[in-house]
Amino acid sequence: MTENTAAKHELRVRPIENGTVIDHISAGQALNVLKILEIPGSSEGVVSVVMNAAGAHGKKDVVKIEGRELNVREVDRISLIAPNATINIIRNFKVLQKKKVHIPEYIEGVVRCMNPNCISNTMEPVNSKFDVTSEKDRILLRCKYCERVISENIAEHLL
Amino acid sequence: MIDHILNTAEKLEPIARGKEISTLLAGKVLMLLFFEPSTRTRMSFETAMIRLGGSVMNLGSVEASSIAKGETLADTIRVVEGYADAIVLRHPKEGSARMASEFSSVPVINGGDGAGHHPTQTFLDLYTISRESHLEGAKIALAGDLKYGRTVHSLCYALSLYGAEITMVSPKELRMPAEIISDLKRLDIKVKQTDSIEEVIGDVDVLYVTRIQKERFPDPDEYHKVATSLQITPELLENARPQLKIMHPLPRINEIDPRVDYTPHACYYRQSFYGVPVRMALLSLVLGALE
Ligand SMILES: Nc1ncnc2c1ncn2[C@@H]1O[C@H](COP(=O)(O)OP(=O)(O)OP(=O)(O)O)[C@@H](O)[C@H]1O
Ligand SMILES: [Mg+2]
Ligand SMILES: [Zn+2]
Repeated sequence: MTENTAAKHELRVRPIENGTVIDHISAGQALNVLKILEIPGSSEGVVSVVMNAAGAHGKKDVVKIEGRELNVREVDRISLIAPNATINIIRNFKVLQKKKVHIPEYIEGVVRCMNPNCISNTMEPVNSKFDVTSEKDRILLRCKYCERVISENIAEHLL
Repeated sequence: MIDHILNTAEKLEPIARGKEISTLLAGKVLMLLFFEPSTRTRMSFETAMIRLGGSVMNLGSVEASSIAKGETLADTIRVVEGYADAIVLRHPKEGSARMASEFSSVPVINGGDGAGHHPTQTFLDLYTISRESHLEGAKIALAGDLKYGRTVHSLCYALSLYGAEITMVSPKELRMPAEIISDLKRLDIKVKQTDSIEEVIGDVDVLYVTRIQKERFPDPDEYHKVATSLQITPELLENARPQLKIMHPLPRINEIDPRVDYTPHACYYRQSFYGVPVRMALLSLVLGALE
């Protein structure tokens, strides 16, 4: 590919004036990021998704959302499925602020325990509770109640 | 912490045997909330409490209670904490005791939570090993259903604190879960796996036998074959160390030949008795009657 065609390719995603760019999402997780943000449905603005883009450390996905900033709860959830993501706040077409997601040590009411016989999966008046640890590039969630560990496909367990 | 519980249990043993009278927990009420059948755990908690001069309250039958009307465990706990100084909970859901403790201002003792934990059983197993053999660096074989038996799972982790050497003896269908094996190896515990009891019998201080459930085998012939190959008989024990102790959480079906009961190796009845001093120790400590 020549410089020229590559540049044209980039232009397919139009720049946003104000909003958020979620960059360095683990490849394959962009749609799960949209699910966490309840897109479509929760945002008015244009949303663009780039999948399998070449990043500094292999392939990555990118999500760009016009006219929206994320809250802590959303960023916490994104960190579980895309631990290397950065949240770039765009103002007036420029990156105003860039933050790496922070993986919380403990999450409550965010994912469902995968043990069907866990007390947190009953009518009891409790939120699910997990201790979060990371091992290399993997995130491990350990249920505070039954101690079952979720280590794969965390997106599927999000509440 | 564990050693402190075991030492306390040993001090309380004369009371557990009825040789000494105690009023250590006089005026205290223990609530037994058993949502699943249990005889041993329940009776030994009752005995432990009564021997220490305390009283016991029971949930009674679940069918006749408010639980049958759909009350949550959280609500049951919030009510009964007002009636008792401590609660023992046996419940079919994993994590139930931990959840109960969030709703209770009095101590909650886990009396078994589904496939989760049964810590007082683990304490009494450790106590038995320390009384009848030795915990530090013990050579121990676990035989039978190592896949589904939560007793042996918790025991493995507990033994790892004492640098045990553990041999897992089971048919391949009922092997110890791989996660547990790798956890133990990570903890630098020597672990071997085999399906032959003959191979290990001459080499261990403690043999912990568990029941193999028929239901685990679709083919009754296969069950019979496996059960027979792991059966503990006096003939097998001819090659055992003289000081070998045999444990079993009971009830036993036919994993141990009844003739073994009369050998010096058998310690499973004493093991079940040890449940009393161990639970006495736990109750005295959680109720603050002992430090
Ligand atoms: N106005 C904009 N509209 C759409 N996307 C933008 C806009 N400004 C920046 N971006 C995108 O936001 C991300 C962060 O932009 P930045 O200029 O900080 O890139 P960078 O220096 O490569 O950052 P990093 O080191 O985090 O990869 C990039 O994916 C970039 O394409
Ligand atoms: Mg970049
Ligand atoms: Zn759980």
